[in-house]
Amino acid sequence: MDTLASLADGFAVALTWQNLFLALIGCFLGTIIGALPGLGPSNGVAILIPLAFTLGLPATPALILLTSVYYGAMYGGRISSILLNIPGDEPALMTTLDGYPMARAGKAGEALAISGIASFVGAFFATWGLVFLAPQLVKVALLFGPAEYFALFVLAFATLGGVASRNQAKAAFAAALGLGIATIGVDGQTGVPRFAFGEVHLYDGIDFLVAIVGLFALSEVFIFLEHRAGGSGADGAMKVGRVIPRWKMVRETVPAMGRSTILGFIAGVLPGAGASLGSFISYTFEKRISDRNGTFGKGDPRGIAAPEAGNNAAAGGALVPMLALGVPGSGTTAVLLAMLLALNITPGPLLFQQNPDVVWGLIAALFIGNLMLLAMNLPMVSLFVRVLLIPTRYLMPAVAMISFVGIYGISGSTFDLMVMIAFGVLGWVLRKLDVPLVPIILGVLLGDQMEKNLRRAMTIHDGDWTMLFNSWLAIGLWAFAIVGFVLPLIVGRYFRPKIADEPIAEGADPD
Amino acid sequence: MSDRIFGVFGLLLAAFYLWQATQIELSFISDPFGPKAFPYMIGIVLAVASAIVVLKPDTEPEWPSFPRLFEIGMATAVMIAYAMFLKEYGFVACTAVAAAYLSWRLGAAPLSAVIAGIAIAIGIYVIFHLVLGLSLARGPWGF
Repeated sequence: MDTLASLADGFAVALTWQNLFLALIGCFLGTIIGALPGLGPSNGVAILIPLAFTLGLPATPALILLTSVYYGAMYGGRISSILLNIPGDEPALMTTLDGYPMARAGKAGEALAISGIASFVGAFFATWGLVFLAPQLVKVALLFGPAEYFALFVLAFATLGGVASRNQAKAAFAAALGLGIATIGVDGQTGVPRFAFGEVHLYDGIDFLVAIVGLFALSEVFIFLEHRAGGSGADGAMKVGRVIPRWKMVRETVPAMGRSTILGFIAGVLPGAGASLGSFISYTFEKRISDRNGTFGKGDPRGIAAPEAGNNAAAGGALVPMLALGVPGSGTTAVLLAMLLALNITPGPLLFQQNPDVVWGLIAALFIGNLMLLAMNLPMVSLFVRVLLIPTRYLMPAVAMISFVGIYGISGSTFDLMVMIAFGVLGWVLRKLDVPLVPIILGVLLGDQMEKNLRRAMTIHDGDWTMLFNSWLAIGLWAFAIVGFVLPLIVGRYFRPKIADEPIAEGADPD
Repeated sequence: MSDRIFGVFGLLLAAFYLWQATQIELSFISDPFGPKAFPYMIGIVLAVASAIVVLKPDTEPEWPSFPRLFEIGMATAVMIAYAMFLKEYGFVACTAVAAAYLSWRLGAAPLSAVIAGIAIAIGIYVIFHLVLGLSLARGPWGF
């Protein structure tokens, strides 16, 4: 019952006016960010981090703000999926399959309501999962030494490359590129500069926030410039209709929500999977077991409930490894990790022991945020529908400029802005070449920790390589890493979202 | 073809990275592992991954036509100019110009692009500087 007591303390932290207000703002902004095509959870949070950072918010409020945005974006993505047949972000891709047909049949309001309830169910139970699973994982993590941590980082990259990307070689390239970027700057242990080319600005290394905003947010602007997606979705301005669903319809979708929540949560906890995979697995599974009359794909409410419960549950699940181990499982949690590192907080088992107020305050805020999101997304959904009318030709310039403001706000340095532009162009080229961006970010974020743990392990054992495999825990992690990387190569395309293989994924936002 | 070029580029990058790693000067304090070993590992992974991409390229991505590429190049140039002139002419003026340009290139009519640029600049200035107190570049006119 320790857990529940900690959770109660967490509510004491979260229930201040300031934190409630930040959660409200975060949920509101998040829903908008999720709803707008072209802005998803990872680039939305990426743009907001520098701002939260420069505003000088302390750790807990800043984290509450950003995770509310994260949860909000997961809710918001469905709005444009249903009304416009354009996923607002990648995890909402599966929602278009049944959501849009329902909207065309004049049931847009009900589709929004069902998906809103499904989102709530998924997120709510996943947050409970987080409450109980994270402390257990922490207990395991306390047994980790440097060698195990090094293996854990390898595992994160391996599963990310194996499960979540189409071409393992390119994922490995991306991870190495990210790690390489992380080695730039003065070496923390011996004090010698590495890869700095005598440039003073590089001695500090490359700020990961600069890399993240460039890769995620600016590259999106370039994608839009390339396609000149000037039109807004306004042409499809649909009547929303009744926003309170019939009770019968809700009851029918409850089993689908339940199953999808469990599947989504598991997908989220596994490193490298994330919300897109969560919604994909949930939808396919639900279709396989309950599509008896062939109604899926033609506007079946269960076809909306499943992916929405799945992606929101995965969003909660992805927070488990991020908080308990410091190893994010998806793009957005990687961005949240960046936020923590920027605030000088290292997530992992020690976070639970030394800053329980941060962890439990955050979790309590997630519960509160969920209730707020439910309230926002049922009666007030028409408000967000109106936001969709903003054309991208005005939206994207604003996104670009806010990115500049955020990065300039951190350091006031022109050099950082230049580096960010370079990352923006790099991100665009790599997206065209189908190189995943998330391993790059993960590399930039974890490179330092990874090297530190490796060298610590070597120092303890006086440079004996075999000591990396000297405990069963380490061997297990290595084995899991190898399986996670190799198995998808053999099993092939079976587990991977089919839709992600189509070119639409190129412009999509890595959840 | 694009993938092969990309892979060759990756190999060159890996070679350059490994060469630079050999140039890291050692200091008198050191751990058994040293500052070079981890970069060597990364460089090797980079090289192997690039080699695989060269040998097993994916299908050709759809590259934009030349005018579209030029568009992206111009936008990059505008952003670089923005970063360079930001301190000289201040946040509001620079942002208005850059945002108007981007909005125009994304398909807005010239007049509405100018209005959008000014609105975005002033909007950000009001929200982030006046309300939230973020420090933005101050130009010759005080904003």
